[in-house]
Amino acid sequence: MFKKILLAIDGSDHSRRATEKAVELASLNEGASIEILYVVAGNKSKTDVLHSGDSESASRKRERMVRQFEEQVKEEGIEASHTILHGKNGVAEAIIEHANEGEYDALVLGSRGLGTVQTMVLGSVSHKVMKYVKAPVMMVK
Amino acid sequence: MFSKEKLKNEWFGNVKGDILSGIVVALALIPEAIAFSIIAGVDPMVGLYASFSIAVVIAFVGGRPGMISGATGAMALLMITLVADYGLEYLLAATILTGVLQILFGVFRLAKFMKFVPRSVMIGFVNALAILIFTSQLQHFVGETWVMYSLVALTLAIIYLLPRVTKAVPSTLVAIIVVTGIAIMMNAGVRTVGDMGTLPSTLPVFLLPDIPLNFETLAIIFPYSLALAVVGLLESLLTQSIVDDMTDTDSNKNQESRGQGYANVVTGFFGGMAGCAMIGQSVINVKSGGTGRLSSLTAGVVLMTMIIALNGIVVQIPMAALAGVMIMVSIGTFDWSSLMNIHKIPRTDAIVMVVVVATVVYTHDLSIGVFAGILLSAIFFAWKLSKVTVEEHFNVKAQSLTYEIHGQLFFASVQDFVDQIDFEADVKKVILDVSNAHLWDDSAVGAIDKIEHKYDMRNIKVEVTGLNKESSELMDKIGGLSKASGH
Repeated sequence: MFKKILLAIDGSDHSRRATEKAVELASLNEGASIEILYVVAGNKSKTDVLHSGDSESASRKRERMVRQFEEQVKEEGIEASHTILHGKNGVAEAIIEHANEGEYDALVLGSRGLGTVQTMVLGSVSHKVMKYVKAPVMMVK
Repeated sequence: MFSKEKLKNEWFGNVKGDILSGIVVALALIPEAIAFSIIAGVDPMVGLYASFSIAVVIAFVGGRPGMISGATGAMALLMITLVADYGLEYLLAATILTGVLQILFGVFRLAKFMKFVPRSVMIGFVNALAILIFTSQLQHFVGETWVMYSLVALTLAIIYLLPRVTKAVPSTLVAIIVVTGIAIMMNAGVRTVGDMGTLPSTLPVFLLPDIPLNFETLAIIFPYSLALAVVGLLESLLTQSIVDDMTDTDSNKNQESRGQGYANVVTGFFGGMAGCAMIGQSVINVKSGGTGRLSSLTAGVVLMTMIIALNGIVVQIPMAALAGVMIMVSIGTFDWSSLMNIHKIPRTDAIVMVVVVATVVYTHDLSIGVFAGILLSAIFFAWKLSKVTVEEHFNVKAQSLTYEIHGQLFFASVQDFVDQIDFEADVKKVILDVSNAHLWDDSAVGAIDKIEHKYDMRNIKVEVTGLNKESSELMDKIGGLSKASGH
C-alpha cells in the first residue's frame, strides 16, 4: 500500500520525471497523498542569495518553484503538500532525517545522473539516501 | 526587540554545536589569515591579530549570530598600495577610521541602501574577488621548482578528496598538516611562512597607531578607509543574508553594520588589519553546526591559543600549502552558476557583471568596480525607461491632432519624445494625451512647454489631457515658474 509518498525534488528535469512516477504510484491507491520535499543545501544558499538579492526573495523563488511541482501533482487529482528544509549538513542528510522521522510508505527521487568524476567530487545524494532511508525508495533515472 | 531571553539563547542556545564548529573554523582561519596578510604586504601577525580580535568583538556586538568575521581577501586587496607607500602604522589608523565610518553607517540605518547595489554588481563583486585571490597567489609560483608545484597539487587533492572519506576533520587543516610534515621530513627547502615575516608569540596589546595626527594623514587614509568601509559592509551584509538563508532566520542588518565598525576600531588599536564577514568561513561554521554567538568567540580564542602554543610549527608551513588553500578559497568564492547562466540572464546584466570584473581586475580595487557597476546599471536602467512611444490620431472633423504618449517622461527620454512630434502638422488644435505617461522632472515639464511654445508660434492651440495627480502637481510647480519667467 503506497498511501503516503514522499517526493524529494531539486527543481531539475529529473525531478519532473520523478514527479510523474510518484503520481503514477499514488494513483494506485484511493486517497494517496504526496508530500513534496525540497532541501536547500548550504552552498545553494550562497548562489540563491547572490542571484535574488536577499534571503527573503530567495525563499519566495523557491516557494514558487516547489508550488509548480505541487500543481503538477494536484492536476492529476492527488492530494499534495510541500516542505522546504534548510540542510545545513547536506541534502542527503536532510532527506534521510525527514524521511525516517515521518511514516512514509515510499520515497521517490530523481537521479542527477552524474559521471564518475562528478560523483567523486560532488557526492551522490541518491546513493546515500538509498542506503539510509528505511522506507522503500524509488529512484527515477 | 532587546530581551534577556533572546540574548541568552543567542549565546547559550547551542553550546556544544557552537564550540565544536568554533574549533573547526579557528583551524580553517589560520592559513587564511596568514595568506591574506601576505597579500596585503604585512607580517602574518597582523592578519592573525585581526582575525582574533574581529571574531571576538563580533561575537558580542554583531547582528548575526553564527556568522564568522576576520581578516579577508577583499579587504587585504584594498590595502596593498597603502601599506606599500606609507607602512603598517597608516594601515592601523585606516582600520580605525574604517570602523568609525561603518559605525556611522549603522547608526544612520543605511543598510537599506544596499538594495541600490544591483545583483549583477554583487555577482561581479564575488567573481572579481575570486579572480584577484587567485592571481595574488601566482607570485608564489614564480621561479619555483617542481617540488613546490607538487606540494600545491597535493594540498588541493587532500582538500577536495578527503571530505569524500570523512567530514569529521576539516580537510584544509589535514592538508596543511600533511604537506608541512612532508616538507619538514624531506627537508625540501621550499619557502615557508617564516620567510614571509614574524608571527605573534604574545597576545596583542592596545597601542595608538604611531602617526602624525593632522589633516595630511587624514587625506592619505580617508580614501582607503572609505573603500574598506564600503567593501567590508558589502561583503558582510551579503554574508549575513546567506547565513540568514542557511539558518532560515532573520537578523538585524544595521546592528551588524555597527558591529563590524566596533570590531574594526578595536582591531586597529590592537595592531590588526581591517576585516569583514567571511562567506566561506561562515558557511563552514553553519555546516559544522555553529549557529550562536559562542561559535565566533570560540573561533577567535582557539585561533590565538593555537598560534601562541604552536608558534614554532606554524612558521614551518610551506607557502605551497597556503597557495593551495587560497586556490581552494578562490574556487569556492567564484559564482560558477553565473558562468553557466550567462546566456540566460538579460544582456545588460551580463555586461554589468563583466564590466565589474574587468574594472576590478584592472584597478585591483573592488570599490571602484562596484561604483562602476552601479553607475552602468543606472545608465542601462535610464536607457530602458527612456523609450517613449507616441501614437498619432487625426480627427478630420475637428481638425485636431491627438498624441497618445506612453512611457516615462524624464531627462533621458524627452528628446526621444519631442522628436516624434510633428511641428509642421496642418491642424487647428493639438491634444497631448498623457494618461499613459508620467512626468518625472523639470525636463519633462520643459518638453511640454517647448511643444506648446512651438505650436503657439503657429497659432495652434495645445491641450494637455490625462495628467495624473503627481504629474499635474509637478506641472503646476515648475510649469508655472518657467512660463512666468519664460514668455
